[in-house]
Amino acid sequence: MKAFTVLTSTFVPLPIENIDTDQIIPARFLKATTKEGFGKNLFRDWRYVNNDELKPKPDFVLNKPEYKGEILVAGKNFGCGSSREHAAWSILDYGFRAVVSSFFADIFKNNALNNGVLPVQVSDEFLQEIFNQKNNSTLTIDLKEQKITIDETGKSENFDINNYKKTCLLNGYDDIDYLLSIKDDIIKYEEANK
Amino acid sequence: MPKTLFDKIWDKHVVKTIPNGPSVLYIDKHFIHEVTSPQAFKGIENRGVPLFRPKQVVATADHNVPTINQHLPIRDELSRHQVTKLAENCTRHGIELYGLGHPFQGIVHVIGPELGITQPGITIVCGDSHTSTHGAFGSIAFGIGTSEVEMVFASQCLLQSKPRQMRINIEGELNKGVVSKDIILYIISKISASGATGYFVEYAGSAIRALSMEARMTICNMSIEMGARGGMIAPDETTFAYMKGRLFAPIGQEWDKKVEEWKQLYSDEGSTFDVEININAADIEPMITYGTNPGLGIPIVGSIPQAETLTDENERRNILKALEYMGLESGKKLLGMPVQHIFIGSCTNSRIEDLRMVASIVKGRKKSSNVEVMIVPGSQQVAAQVRKEGLDKIFEEAGFEIRQPGCSACLGMNEDKIPAGEYCISTSNRNFEGRQGAGARTLLASPLTAAASAITGVVTDVRELTKEL
Repeated sequence: MKAFTVLTSTFVPLPIENIDTDQIIPARFLKATTKEGFGKNLFRDWRYVNNDELKPKPDFVLNKPEYKGEILVAGKNFGCGSSREHAAWSILDYGFRAVVSSFFADIFKNNALNNGVLPVQVSDEFLQEIFNQKNNSTLTIDLKEQKITIDETGKSENFDINNYKKTCLLNGYDDIDYLLSIKDDIIKYEEANK
Repeated sequence: MPKTLFDKIWDKHVVKTIPNGPSVLYIDKHFIHEVTSPQAFKGIENRGVPLFRPKQVVATADHNVPTINQHLPIRDELSRHQVTKLAENCTRHGIELYGLGHPFQGIVHVIGPELGITQPGITIVCGDSHTSTHGAFGSIAFGIGTSEVEMVFASQCLLQSKPRQMRINIEGELNKGVVSKDIILYIISKISASGATGYFVEYAGSAIRALSMEARMTICNMSIEMGARGGMIAPDETTFAYMKGRLFAPIGQEWDKKVEEWKQLYSDEGSTFDVEININAADIEPMITYGTNPGLGIPIVGSIPQAETLTDENERRNILKALEYMGLESGKKLLGMPVQHIFIGSCTNSRIEDLRMVASIVKGRKKSSNVEVMIVPGSQQVAAQVRKEGLDKIFEEAGFEIRQPGCSACLGMNEDKIPAGEYCISTSNRNFEGRQGAGARTLLASPLTAAASAITGVVTDVRELTKEL
């Protein structure tokens, strides 16, 4: 997993609430057996007319050249629905390293963290302020300080992340490294609970 | 100190807790399927780590399998590859697989309970959000992502922060024509598609106690649709009666010992919940959804909300966006609206009781010529029971198409899709945009409502139809 420390980038705004993982990556694209290549199908049915790559929908934000960057900013309850980790893979593969929203669905949040994509939960007001920014303005996300800043105005907000996950992300470790390191404890637990 | 049902099971499964961090939670049973497991197998293999406890893993193929001609090779190349890969992975790692052609094959959340693998007091995970279904037996069961599937492969454990707890009490008797699907659609419509995010939910109260196991599974199944990590119901005599004699249920003295243990699994008097919600069963009517998340539901006799008058700008925009996708109007009723498809199936409503319910409505009747009706039993065992009870004859005479077990048109991963712009009354769990096929318009409802509407070809209140009988 790639480490995450500080990220300054322009952002892609998607001010829609309850974006479910079927929208992020429709089920018909889940037939791969690897984690790569999902980015081209990110938001597939919102991106193209009749699923035709030659017909991008001009008013969808990913098709607007003036919006780009490594940060996706979306409406509340982002990532609800199916547990498919393909949603996190497609976001990462497309080139995003962080998603900002005022609320995340649980499973998506875990999936994102397990892939080095940082979910940044901000207040509704702060989210609205980000949406109000011009398309070329940047955000800075500092994981160590747990702080997100709108660079144009200097306005910032702190965000929560549990300490363990923060350490993992700052160093690029994943849970499996840790779980394998406590194998003896797990075996002891099994013996005691037979 | 008094403990909740959730606390009792959670505490028993904590291997250790990281200071100021998550707990290492031991997982008793791990279900896997073809879609969310291949990358996890590859993950442990790349690390050179063996699969830690293969005997605690059970596999089936359900998400992308065809529901016709299952004896033939799968035609779709990518689906075939995924299913073949699952078989190879299971063989290589010593995992029991109930694949296509096996008499136990079926939707993972249908086969776990029917085989007696799902038991009270245990922890269960699966790379599928509807794993919450198994909570109906008084277990902690929740859906996980593929990285987490890999963690369980490697260590039989997961790092989890303890969720907050919610109890939903439903007291009283249900109205005629109201079944467990209506209860859960009602709850979600009240608390919204994100109303239980961060919580584990216990369902309690006399209306829940009166439900059969299969009806309880329908409720726990849709816990995730309000954002909950999982749902659970304390085990009782109904649970034990359902489990007794099932293939992997304990037998003899072991059974008696287990039942005594299971009887201790309830929320103690005085245990506390972060949130408690009380619902009067009599307030619940047959429900149907009109929007593009399961929280956008109304009583079937009701009207779609007047979105224009909503004061919350975001809510108004969301509902208007949903109505535009659905081709529906604010303030209108759904009752009497023509539909083109009926889908009866999915991990929510494809068990034998669901299909008996459908048969009770359609017996001696024919479907409307305006609708196509697909009925997909949840497992090979359910399909066999359908034949044994002669329900297949009733469905065939009604003009329903009976398919072979799988997830099917619930998520449109195989060929079973609803065409763009057409309406489908579905007994499944999600009405998201494109869920049943690009552009498909899904109305979620109970098996009774689906059956009644299949006969008339329009959105129908089952109570009106049965009045004529």
